Amino acid sequence: MCTTCGCSSDEPAQIKKPGFQAKSLAIAGPPQKQLHLLERDVLHKNDHDAAHNRQHFEKKHVLAINLVSSPGSGKTTLLEKTIEALKNEVLFHVLEGDQQTSLDANRIEATGAPVLQINTGKGCHLDASMVHRALHTMPPAEHSVLMIENVGNLVCPALFDLGEKYRVVIISVTEGEDKPLKYPNMFESADICIINKTDLLPYVEFDVEKAKEYALRVNHKLTFFELSATKGQGMNNWLNWLRQEHAAIPV
Amino acid sequence: MHELSIALSIVETAEEEVRNAGGRQVEEIVLEIGDLAGVEQDALDFAWKEAVKETVLEQAKCVIENKAGKARCLNCQYEFALTYIYDICPSCSDFRKELMQGKEIKIKSITII
Repeated sequence: MCTTCGCSSDEPAQIKKPGFQAKSLAIAGPPQKQLHLLERDVLHKNDHDAAHNRQHFEKKHVLAINLVSSPGSGKTTLLEKTIEALKNEVLFHVLEGDQQTSLDANRIEATGAPVLQINTGKGCHLDASMVHRALHTMPPAEHSVLMIENVGNLVCPALFDLGEKYRVVIISVTEGEDKPLKYPNMFESADICIINKTDLLPYVEFDVEKAKEYALRVNHKLTFFELSATKGQGMNNWLNWLRQEHAAIPV
Repeated sequence: MHELSIALSIVETAEEEVRNAGGRQVEEIVLEIGDLAGVEQDALDFAWKEAVKETVLEQAKCVIENKAGKARCLNCQYEFALTYIYDICPSCSDFRKELMQGKEIKIKSITII
C-alpha cells in the first residue's frame, strides 16, 4: 500500500482495467474469430489515472492547477512572481514539465518552493501517470497549491487530464490574438485564460478585446486575467483569485 | 505529436484484449474519431505505423469512422453542425453552446483471430 495516496503498489493505477466489461460475440468466419465491441475511450487509462490524482488532491486538500501555453508565453516567470508574492500566505509545490533540462526547476527552486522537474524526453505533454509518479517522489503538503507547468505546447496537452482542479491557459500579447481560433482544443478545455506581457501592448499589434472574443467563441465559460508578470501590472487580480481559491480549500 | 500517445494507448488496449481472449492477433480494429477531437489523421497514420510494429495490431486493418461535430445553442436551444469549435449559432448568432458530439476518440470494436 502506497503511503502517499493509499494506492496499491501491487496493482499500479496504470494497469487497472476500468469497470467495463467488453461484450463478446462469435461471428461467422474462420474458427475462433471474435468480434469485441469495446466502445472504449482511447485515453481511458489516462482518464483513470487523472481521476486517481484528483481523488488524492481532494483527500489531501491540495489545490492543483495545470498551466498550459505555447513556449515563451511566460509561464515560468508568472510562476516565479506568483510564488514570491504569496509565499507568506500560501505553500506552493511545483512540477515542471519540459522535454529536456532542469532549467525551469532551477528557477523555481530559487524562490524556495519545493519543485520537481519532469523531463518527457520526446514526449510533447505531461500525462496523469507522470504526475502520479511525481506525487510519490514529492508529496505535496496538505492545504498547499500544486502548480503543474506543462510542456510548452498549445496542442498536445489539451487532451491529457492530469487531475487538476483548474486548467489555466496563458497567451502573451507578442503572439497573435487569433491563437484561440487556431488552437481551439486548448482554450476549449481551459477554465482560466491569462493574457500576459500586457506591458508590451504599446509596441505590438495585439487586440486584447478581439483575443477575448475569439477565446469566448471557443469557450464561453473562460475567466480572463490581463497582466504583466514581469512589470506587475494586473497581477493583483490573479493573486486575489488564487488567494480566494486557496482559502476555499476545506480545512 | 500526441497522436503517438493515442496510437500507443490503442496498442496497449488491443494487446490486453487479445491476451484476455486467448487470441493471436487483431484482424480488424474500428476507431471512432470526432472531427473536433484535435487528432490529425495524417499524424495518426504516421504514428500508427511505428506504434503497431511487432504488436498484435501489426497486420490489422484499421478502419476510422469520423464523427461530425454537433452543438446545442445555449441561448435558443437550436442544434447545429459544428465544423469548427468557434462556430456561432446559425440561428441566433450566440457563441455560447454545448458540445454534443465530435470530440470522441474511441475504439469501437476489434476482431481477434
